[in-house]
Amino acid sequence: MATKTKTPKSNGKKGETRRDFLQLTAGAFGAVGAASVAWPLINSLNPAKDTLALATTEVDLSPLLVGQSITVMWRGKPVFIRRRSEKEIEEARDVDVAALSDKQTDEDRVQKPEWLVLVGICTHLGCVPTGQKSTEPRGEYGGWFCPCHGSHYDTSGRIRKGPAPKNLAVPDYVFTSDTAIKIG
Amino acid sequence: MASGPREKFDNPTIEWIDSRLPIFTMLNKEYGVFPTPKNFNYFWNFGAIAMFMLITMIVSGIILAMSYTAHVDYAFDSVERIMRDVNSGWLIRYIHMNGASFFFIAVFIHMFRSLYYGSYKQPREILWILGVVIFLLMMATAFMGYVLPWGQMSYWGATVITNLFSAIPFVGESIVTLLWGGFSVDNPTLNRFFALHYLMPFLICAVVFLHVWALHVTGSNNPAGIEPKTKKDTLPFHPYYTMKDTFGLLVFITIYAFFVFYAPDYLGHPDNYIPADPLVTPAHIVPEWYFLPFYAMLRAITFDIGIPFTDITIISAKLGGVITMFGSIALLFVLPWLDTHPIRSARYRPLFKTFLLIFVVNFVFLGYVGSQGADAMVGPIPLSLLGLLATGYYYGFFLAILPWLSKFEKGRDLPPSIHESVLD
Amino acid sequence: MKKTILSLMALGLIIGFAPSSFAAGDAPHAPHQHWHFDGITGQFDKAAMQRGLKVYREVCSACHSLKRVAYRNLVDLGYTEDQVKNIAVEYTVTDGPNEDGEMFDRPARPSDKFVSPYPNDKAAKALNNGALPPDLSLITKARHNGPNYLYAILTGYGEPEHGVELMEGQHWNKYMPGHVIAMAAPLSDGIVAYEDGTPETVSQYSKDVTNFLVWAADPYLETRKRTGIAVLIFLIVFSGVMYGVKKKIWKDIH
Repeated sequence: MATKTKTPKSNGKKGETRRDFLQLTAGAFGAVGAASVAWPLINSLNPAKDTLALATTEVDLSPLLVGQSITVMWRGKPVFIRRRSEKEIEEARDVDVAALSDKQTDEDRVQKPEWLVLVGICTHLGCVPTGQKSTEPRGEYGGWFCPCHGSHYDTSGRIRKGPAPKNLAVPDYVFTSDTAIKIG
Repeated sequence: MASGPREKFDNPTIEWIDSRLPIFTMLNKEYGVFPTPKNFNYFWNFGAIAMFMLITMIVSGIILAMSYTAHVDYAFDSVERIMRDVNSGWLIRYIHMNGASFFFIAVFIHMFRSLYYGSYKQPREILWILGVVIFLLMMATAFMGYVLPWGQMSYWGATVITNLFSAIPFVGESIVTLLWGGFSVDNPTLNRFFALHYLMPFLICAVVFLHVWALHVTGSNNPAGIEPKTKKDTLPFHPYYTMKDTFGLLVFITIYAFFVFYAPDYLGHPDNYIPADPLVTPAHIVPEWYFLPFYAMLRAITFDIGIPFTDITIISAKLGGVITMFGSIALLFVLPWLDTHPIRSARYRPLFKTFLLIFVVNFVFLGYVGSQGADAMVGPIPLSLLGLLATGYYYGFFLAILPWLSKFEKGRDLPPSIHESVLD
Repeated sequence: MKKTILSLMALGLIIGFAPSSFAAGDAPHAPHQHWHFDGITGQFDKAAMQRGLKVYREVCSACHSLKRVAYRNLVDLGYTEDQVKNIAVEYTVTDGPNEDGEMFDRPARPSDKFVSPYPNDKAAKALNNGALPPDLSLITKARHNGPNYLYAILTGYGEPEHGVELMEGQHWNKYMPGHVIAMAAPLSDGIVAYEDGTPETVSQYSKDVTNFLVWAADPYLETRKRTGIAVLIFLIVFSGVMYGVKKKIWKDIH
C-alpha cells in the first residue's frame, strides 16, 4: 500500500525531517499504547487470584496403612501418595541409575522413604496411570502403568519402559507433622 | 471487488499475494487513494470512532465471556470474581461497561451529523437504512448485555422490556412466554440472552461491512452537501483522513479513559450492584441512559385511544406506548422519503437547521423525562404531559415539519463546488 | 468549530442529566465528608481501614455478611500474611463432605471468604423481624453517593420528629429514605476499643468502617486511580503528537 500512496509534497528538507520525527513519535506512541493494552488482556487469562490462593492442599496421612495409596486433588490434578513397603523401597533403590532414561535416584524423589508423593499425570500425554489400587495393573516394574500408550513406572514413579520421556513429577510439599503434608 | 486491470506493486511478496488475491489493491483503492471530499469537519470522525468502539466491545467482551457464568445462581458472583480475582478483570469490565455508553455516544453523534448534513438523502438511502439497522442491533445487544450481571436493574429491566411484547393483541402473552422460556425472567432467559449477546455483535459487524460497502459506492457526503466535481474537491483518504481520524479518536479515547478510571460507575446504576431479587422491585426502574428518550416515549401514552363517546378501546395505553416507542425508530427508516428537499446540508437550510436543533434539544429533554419517576412534576405540570408534548414534537418533526419544509423551504444558494465552499 | 462546540454541548447534556435523577425519596442528601480515597490521586487510609475492620468484626458482623471478601484480601489493609492467617483461624468454616460423606467444621484459611453470620438469607430474615440485613461487600457501590450515604446513616439516628409514629422494631434515621429504618443504632461511643488512641466516638467509628467498606466494594480503587493518571497523561501527549502530525500533513491544503 505504502508504495502507491502519494504523500503530499513538502516544502523542503527541513519540513521533511520534522514530519518524519513526528510520525515516528506517533508510531512509537501507538506501539507502546497497543502493547500496554494487549498485556492486561492476555494476562487476564492467567490463573486468577482466587485460583492461586487455593493452590495448596493439606493431606492427613494417618489413615494410610503400609502398601496403601491415596489420590488427592491438587490444582485440579490427581496427586498419588503411596505408603511404600520395605520391599518396594528396596526395589526402588536397587536400580542402576545410569541405565534409566530419566536419571534420578529414589533418594532424590522422596523426603521420607516410606512416603512417595507424585503428580499422577503421565509425562507422555497427560493420562492418569493406573496402579493406585492393588487390583489395578501396575506395569512390569510394580509401580504404575499408563493405559493410554503403555508407559511403565517403577515404585519410585520413574519411567522404565514406554513412550513417556520423564519420571512422574514430584510436587513441592512439606511435612507439617509426622503424618500430614501440605502440597504446593 | 477489485477486479480489472491491476497496478503492480514493487514489493515482491505483496505483488505475489496481490496477483492471486488483490487485497492490497482493494485496500489501496478503498483506504489509500480513495477520493474523499476535502472539507470534512470533525463530525466525520465518528464513523471511525464507532468502528473502534465496536472492536473494543468485541475484544473486551470475548475476554469477559471467558470468566462469566450464565446461570442465575452464579452470574452475579462470576462478575464479582472478574472484578476482584481475575487479573485486570476490573479494568476489562469497566472498559466494556463504559464502552457501551461511549459506543452509543459515538453513534448518536454520527447520526446527528447525518441528519444535520442530509447524508441520508439520495443516493445514500440504503447507506442510511443500514445504519439504522446497526442502531437497532446495537440497542438489542446493549439491552441483553445489561441483563447479564444479574443485578436488580438487570432483572427488572429485562422484565419490563420483555413485557412490552405482551401489549401485542391476542398473541402478546404467548410471545412473552416464548421470550422468557418460562413464566418469568429466569435462568432460560439469562442463558439465551447471553447466547444472543455474544452473537449479535458479529451480526453488527456484517451490517457494518455492508454499510461501509454502500458508503464506498456513493462516496461520503460532506459539510457542503454537494457532490465533488473535480479533483480539486477531494483528497486521498490516506494520509489526510487516516491521520485526522486517529487524532479525533485519541481525543475521544481520552474522555472515555477518564470515565473508565475515574467515574466507572457514573453512567451505571447503583441498584445493579445488588443481586437480582425477583421478590423486590427497585423503587425507581430506569434503563441505561441511551434508552431514556425512547423509554420516555413509551411512557408518554398514558391513555386508551378509542372511539369517542363509547367504551370501545381500539388501542390500549400499553399498546399505544409500545407502538409509539417502536414507531419512533421505524420513522428513521423512512426518513429519506420524508425529507425530500433537494438541498442536503443544514448550512444552506436555515429553517431546517432551526427545527433540527429544536429536535435535538427535544430529544435530550425526552431523555430527561425518561430518567424521572412516572409521577414527577415540574411545578404544577406533570412531567408526563411534557413528555407527551415532546413525543409530539419528535413525531411532528418527521411527519409534518420535514415534508412541509421539503415543499416550502427555499434555502440559500449552494456554493458552486466543494473547493470554493472551503474558500468562503 | 461552532458545530464542534455544539456537539460537545449535546454530549455534555446527554452525560450530564443521566444519573442526576437517582436522589433518594424524601431523605436529605447525605452531606459530603472528606475522604482519603477521594479525588484523582485518592488513596486508601490503611490505619482507618484496620480500625474499620475491627468495627465490622465486633459490631456489624453480628448481622451483616461480607461474603465477597476473602481473608487473604486483608493484606491490602497492611497486614502480613501471618497476621491474616491469625485473623482467619478465629473463624470456623463448615467444609466437606469428607471421606465419610459428613460435613465438618474447620478453622478458616486465608483463601476462605468472610464467614457469614447466618447460614442463609431465610435464616437471616427469620431472626431479624423479616428484614434482611444486606451483605456489605458492595454496599458503597450499591447506594447512590455510597460512602457519604453510609456515614450519614450510621450517624443519622435520633428521636423521631413529632408526628412520626414508629412501630416496634423501627427506628428513626434522618438520612434513611422515609426516615424509618429496621436496624437499631449499631454504634455508640466506646463500644469498640481502639488501641492507637483514636477517639472512640460514633462519628469516628462510622468514618473508619466506611473506609473499610469502600475498600471491600472497590479493592482496586487505588490501582485504578494510579493507572488512570499514567493512561491519561499518555493519551493527552499522544493526542498532542497526533495533532502535530495531522497539522503538518494538512499544512498545504485549503
